[in-house]
Amino acid sequence: MSALLTIAGLTAHYGDFQALFGVDLTLDQGQTVAIIGANGAGKTTLMRAITGVAKVTAGSVRLAGEEITRSPAPDILTRGVAMVPEGRKLFPSLTVEENLLIGAHARRGNGFWTLERIQTLFPILKERRLSPGTALSGGQQQMVAIGRALMSNPQVLLCDELSLGLAPVVIKEIYAAFPQIKDSGTSIIVVEQDISQALRVADHVHCMMEGRITLSGRPSELSRDAIHDAYFGVNHA
Amino acid sequence: MSRSLSPLIALFALAVLYALPAIAPRAMVQDLFGILTLLVLAMNWNLLAGFAGLVSVGQQAFVGIGAYAMFAAIILMGLDPLVGVVIGGIAAAVFAVPMAFFAFRLNGAYFAIGTWVVADIARLAISQWKALGGGTGTSLPKGTAKEMAFVDGIKEMLDVSTAAAADALTYWLMLSLAVAMLVASYIFLRSRMGLGLQAIRDNENAARSVGVDPLKLKAAVFLLTAFATGLCGALAFIQITRVTPDAAFSVIDWTAFVIFITVIGGIGTLPGPIVGVVVFYALQRALADYGTIYLIVLGCLGIAVMLFARRGLWGLFTDRTGIDPLPLRHRPPRVAKPSHSA
Repeated sequence: MSALLTIAGLTAHYGDFQALFGVDLTLDQGQTVAIIGANGAGKTTLMRAITGVAKVTAGSVRLAGEEITRSPAPDILTRGVAMVPEGRKLFPSLTVEENLLIGAHARRGNGFWTLERIQTLFPILKERRLSPGTALSGGQQQMVAIGRALMSNPQVLLCDELSLGLAPVVIKEIYAAFPQIKDSGTSIIVVEQDISQALRVADHVHCMMEGRITLSGRPSELSRDAIHDAYFGVNHA
Repeated sequence: MSRSLSPLIALFALAVLYALPAIAPRAMVQDLFGILTLLVLAMNWNLLAGFAGLVSVGQQAFVGIGAYAMFAAIILMGLDPLVGVVIGGIAAAVFAVPMAFFAFRLNGAYFAIGTWVVADIARLAISQWKALGGGTGTSLPKGTAKEMAFVDGIKEMLDVSTAAAADALTYWLMLSLAVAMLVASYIFLRSRMGLGLQAIRDNENAARSVGVDPLKLKAAVFLLTAFATGLCGALAFIQITRVTPDAAFSVIDWTAFVIFITVIGGIGTLPGPIVGVVVFYALQRALADYGTIYLIVLGCLGIAVMLFARRGLWGLFTDRTGIDPLPLRHRPPRVAKPSHSA
């Protein structure tokens, strides 16, 4: 396995406020990495820095060896980093199908993910294809958002807080699609507050607190206590 | 049944419209020419404001520039008026580049006012152009219409006077421009770019995050509509035969009425401007003898539509009946390869 995405010493600011402090992270080809942490830990900022939305003040992001730090957001998307944004952000005047089709806007050439394959992954999206995107339930909207990101045939799929505001059974249904997404060769970074869900899907977990990665490891290597400490910043000395 | 019938009805109507100069009196052809001019302008404004979210109040700039470029081509360069019309379109599109550079820095109401200001600057600048009559304007040289390409042929074909043949020619060109606008808008809006525009209308930031470039798309619509508006302005002034800065850059004639037509017909719908122009013309006819009351009625109707039918009369119709002969829904592109799905 080779590193597909390499993040080194990534630092980001919102004005005077420093949100990321030298974050290091690698994502291998075909790997799923989870980033967990409480509100305000810097998880979303990290996603925004990778996709070129947040301002990076130091450090680098490399995709397959190529520097993409500070590239314009549309370029990063075309090169193969797509994001499922927090809150889904579907287009209300577009149908479910159109919401998926617009995901292919930045796409270059053919790839594995087509409209049909996404409708096979989430059959409900075929059934409701002519409904307005925002007429769907929260979970179904999340499926549209994931499908829309996949339509660009990304090498790296970033998922920001997929489980936010969804019932546990719906969250389970959405994560059930992950093995198929992984099988397509797409590498995934999920940002989650739902720790148990993150541990279930990820090959590697990073815990963030106050803009730093405080704990990393394979899910099997991490004890509940260690995660608890890293998540809440409690020190059991 | 309505689905299979509506294209036939449309084709029949179109055939009648094209045959009109041969079967109807010249006054009617001239009347319809005026309606078609407003229709073309309304379709352009609808694309700008209804689909690209660019509420311009400066469209008269393109009408005026188109008209003046056409006059310059005829009077100063001695070209055929029809070549002048094309030059008018090109001149308007060229003018749209610096105008966009300025106006695209502004948003919403500021964009509207900004475009209006630019249009007025263009009007003031043109009225300094002494070779074309300055502030008092100028007329086409006598016999210009007679020497226009195709006029002789039409004259023989329809067996009418030269002036009527020239009217028929400009009428056909304006009708063709309207049809071309309708077809081009339909194709454009159903394309990937049209889907991008719709996404931008919903949420510009989210659209950017899926790789849609709002600036590029809006600029493309702005330039293309400037071109078509310039063509339309130039063609309109061939028929008027006389141009003044105030008439060519009139915000009332070329933008205010056009906004009214689009809003009552149905902004952001393709057939909206067609419905709007028919209603506008009917009102104009019915209220022609009542002077200012006419404008008051237009204003009240505009307000009523904005309050009670925000997608205009056409939107009201499709909502009530579910009939939409020009749906803008996007279908997935046809893939040549066989599908692998179960």
